[in-house]
Amino acid sequence: MLLSATRPRLTVAVTGLNATDSPGPGVAVIRALRETVDFDLRVIGLSYEALEPGIYLRDMVDRTYQLPYPSAGTAALLERLQYIKEQEDVAVLIPNFDAELFNFIKLEPQLRALGIRTFLPTLAQLEARDKLNLPAFGAAHGLHVPASRPLLHAGELLAAAEELGWPLVLKGRYYDAAVVHSLVQAEQAFGRLAGQWGVPLIAQQFVAGQEINIAGLGDGHGRALSVVPMRKLTITDKGKAWAGITLEDEALLALARRFAEATKWRGGFELEIMRAATGELFIMEINPRFPAWIYLTAAAGQNQPAALLRLALDLPVPMMDGYAVGKMFVRYAWDLITDHTQFQQVAALGEL
Amino acid sequence: MKLKKNIATSEAGFVFNPATGDSFAANPLAADILARTKAGQEAAAIKADILEHYDVAPGQLEKDWDDLLAQLREFNLLD
Repeated sequence: MLLSATRPRLTVAVTGLNATDSPGPGVAVIRALRETVDFDLRVIGLSYEALEPGIYLRDMVDRTYQLPYPSAGTAALLERLQYIKEQEDVAVLIPNFDAELFNFIKLEPQLRALGIRTFLPTLAQLEARDKLNLPAFGAAHGLHVPASRPLLHAGELLAAAEELGWPLVLKGRYYDAAVVHSLVQAEQAFGRLAGQWGVPLIAQQFVAGQEINIAGLGDGHGRALSVVPMRKLTITDKGKAWAGITLEDEALLALARRFAEATKWRGGFELEIMRAATGELFIMEINPRFPAWIYLTAAAGQNQPAALLRLALDLPVPMMDGYAVGKMFVRYAWDLITDHTQFQQVAALGEL
Repeated sequence: MKLKKNIATSEAGFVFNPATGDSFAANPLAADILARTKAGQEAAAIKADILEHYDVAPGQLEKDWDDLLAQLREFNLLD
């Protein structure tokens, strides 16, 4: 009998190719997926803008198609994905942006009918962990979260500061945040954040401490199949990790497992944690997707994107125990060289 | 003095706290003390050995020992 060592071919589509100074997770997800031993992968990039760097990483992304912006709605997205499916045999799609998840979750049945699998949180899970709902979420599940309140206009800043104290953290609905120490600073930050991300903004109580992030993968039945905590060692002016290191701390692992158990979280997630001087762990934010540093989980021995791929295909994934503690990443900037014809092809035709 | 059990030390004198991600550099004598402590040696035995091998007065050693303990405590390396 002849044995074949050939791995089955599989086409995966991934969004979040904007590997910029405030990076989307797509390129890191693809890098981790490329290390899977399960499949011979063809990777399709899904982009929103013609200058997303991942489009031009041709050794990582085989072909890229542009998507309509999330604001165009589910019908436009489905139409585009139907076209892409006609060109590429996409079996699994991994969205990586907060703002696009609503549409992809809504379209899950239609995508499944097309033969495209996803492994995403439910709409209820997505909305429960929304920044606007975080206090209620914490109270419902017995998790420490800082007090916060929504802000529809700058006139509410003073009342928010009186309730939550100075300094105050102002956050955009999906992205961006500013720590402000006075009403003048708050008004300036409100104008910038509201102008960029719209309202409501979120005013959140400031918690001093050590910032820690946890990447996890929930199986949708209450188990966190993988949990890897990381401390940022260098932070950009946008608050993004430019270097980080994996940590060993049972309290952090237990917190992430409790989160997955309480929510029956389905898919990748990131908990943004603040460890106060007392040792108390506050959940500052819950991101409903993998973080941009997700490749560190693969490098540390728990390849979360590769595991999610298996979950999307209904393949078994065992609990992952143990990872390399003290494993570090140091991000770097690299000038990709391409040709104007390639840029024009993406910009004009939406494909490369 | 009891180091947290997961603290990693290297022969080169680097100390790593895996719970916080903090790294420290110890001078050769401090690295030797930490290695011996990790190996379970009692403080009295380590001090006696230092007094035997280094030109240091017992009073000065106690003062330096207390300074080391204070630093280790501040860096959250002790149980």
